[in-house]
Amino acid sequence: MPKGGGAGMGDAGRWIVGLGVIYAGLIVLPHVLSFSQKEIAVFLVINILLVVSYRLLTLTGEWSLGHVVIMGVGGYGSALYTKLVGIPVPISMLLGASTAAIVAYLLSFPLFRMKGFYFLIGSFAAGEVIRLLWKRFREPFGGPKGLKLIPSFPDVHVGGLTIDFFDPVNYYYFCLIVVSISLFVLFRLERSRIGLTFHAVHWQDQLAESVGVNTWRYRTLAFVVASFFAGLSGALLAHYIGTVNPNRFDVEQMVFVLIWAIVGGTATIYGPILGVVVLTILNEVVLRQLGFDEMRPLFYGVILITSIMFLPNGLESLVQKLRLRGGGPAGGGADAVSEG
Amino acid sequence: MPGRDTLEPEFLMFDLLMQTSVNAIYAASYMALIAVGLVLIFGVMGVINFAHGELYMLGAYTVVYLYAGEEYPFFLAVAIGLVFVGLVGLGMERALFRPMRGNPLGGLIASIGFLLILQTLAVLGFGVRMEHIPPQTQEVVHLLGEWAVTVPLQRLYVIVATVVLLTALWAFLRYSKFGVALRACAQDPEAAALQGISMNQTARLAMFIGAALAGVAGALTAPLVRTYPFMGHSVIVTAFIIIIVGGIGSLEGAVAAAVIYAFVNTFVTTFSDGVVADIVGLMLMLIVLVVRPTGLFGVRDRA
Repeated sequence: MPKGGGAGMGDAGRWIVGLGVIYAGLIVLPHVLSFSQKEIAVFLVINILLVVSYRLLTLTGEWSLGHVVIMGVGGYGSALYTKLVGIPVPISMLLGASTAAIVAYLLSFPLFRMKGFYFLIGSFAAGEVIRLLWKRFREPFGGPKGLKLIPSFPDVHVGGLTIDFFDPVNYYYFCLIVVSISLFVLFRLERSRIGLTFHAVHWQDQLAESVGVNTWRYRTLAFVVASFFAGLSGALLAHYIGTVNPNRFDVEQMVFVLIWAIVGGTATIYGPILGVVVLTILNEVVLRQLGFDEMRPLFYGVILITSIMFLPNGLESLVQKLRLRGGGPAGGGADAVSEG
Repeated sequence: MPGRDTLEPEFLMFDLLMQTSVNAIYAASYMALIAVGLVLIFGVMGVINFAHGELYMLGAYTVVYLYAGEEYPFFLAVAIGLVFVGLVGLGMERALFRPMRGNPLGGLIASIGFLLILQTLAVLGFGVRMEHIPPQTQEVVHLLGEWAVTVPLQRLYVIVATVVLLTALWAFLRYSKFGVALRACAQDPEAAALQGISMNQTARLAMFIGAALAGVAGALTAPLVRTYPFMGHSVIVTAFIIIIVGGIGSLEGAVAAAVIYAFVNTFVTTFSDGVVADIVGLMLMLIVLVVRPTGLFGVRDRA
């Protein structure tokens, strides 16, 4: 979303109110859900981080098929640091995320020789190699069955109160905090000079180069930062479900991330979030309750095709249309919805 | 084989090498059919058909239904599979790729959606379990006289069919009017359109041939491989490796790369294990991409 002309305080105020309402809803949310839905809420929050970090990479114009494996690197890394070295979980999560970033940095050397479709397939191949290494080597990766009994997040004692993070509601709040901080960092990054350069690298890479932008470095930076947060989401997942295995990070999962990003749209930071939230609710709540378990991939396929045909700019374009109809560059907040 | 045990070890090694080569030729054959179809579709429409593995699966399930189920003759079932999957390809061209023309990422996404639909339909129709397909023939052909090199007739069918079909395709592209039009579209769609070549017509043709080749590969190998609704996955991964190594858009490259990949894969599988073979294949592709980012035979940068 480009910064509007005469927005000023009114715009910022609207954002704060809007975010406040959303967060109030998110805090109340787990208390109105069933147990299995609470678990889904945890996964949803983790997936939001995954798909938003994926979007950062797409800002530079590259679509990777290795992002879920990078998430797995974070999960495997964090799990191994706690299991083998005995590092406390919160620190190992950050170490796992850093491992993902380092792996991405190493991969950037071969991968960024390629562009477009070649990068897509190259990233897929690199990811598959990592995944097959997990599968091949029982030590330390556990082979096809993966790692089990990963220590969960330790209990926290605040005063006389013990917070048990094995409980989905508490873990949900923990993830919500971690993901919110991460999203804020990603949001600030995009609004900074660096973020603007990402856009330049995407749309005008030769022009950007001619004015002295090292496009390779910015592509790599986007890849490494995106991978750090993907790794963090993997670590959050690993210490919640207590097990990671190669199949959890296969290309099918990657297709889902791609679907979320495409259906939501990648022009804004809320696009992919809309995509993952709407599709998860549709998938887990609506379709599951209708009892179409076997047919769910079919619906996903139909949704994907319809959205790329009729909503090529994603769900976010609907939101933007509503906003535009709301008229006035400044202030016309409340009547935005009523007119649409 | 009586008396062979007394032979020198190097003779047995020679046998093993020859036998592995025959197996590799078989693997190269059906992978070449699939990869050539994928390249043809990409060349004309500029779209990577992610659902290509599912077209292969559809061909295999035609044989499951007609040959194993309804007891049609095997080759009739294969022929019907070829036509049927070709027609599915025509449908895909009309419904998915034509509206997405000029938007390669959109076409790719649409084909992923179609892949999910086809997989689910296969699961709903036949269940997730592996299908048992009785082989059409149990006969084994002995090659090279006294050497213990054998090839099951069922596999020989695949090899022969590939050679025949690819030769026919080559002749078609080289000598027929349609073939020339098709190559023209692949080289420069706009210039071809200015010469009065119908883009829609050509795209239909390419899609029919490409899909039919995948279908016939699936139909022919159905009794030989594990036939289940998700069988397209491993095939598409291999096909991507092959078209990348061969250079996207090059038919000759695809055939050459299929042979190279099949030999590497079969030999590593025989002398090590399958997972290592997969890793070696992927590394091969990454190395090719790093050294020559447009593939071994690729000239144009289309993607």
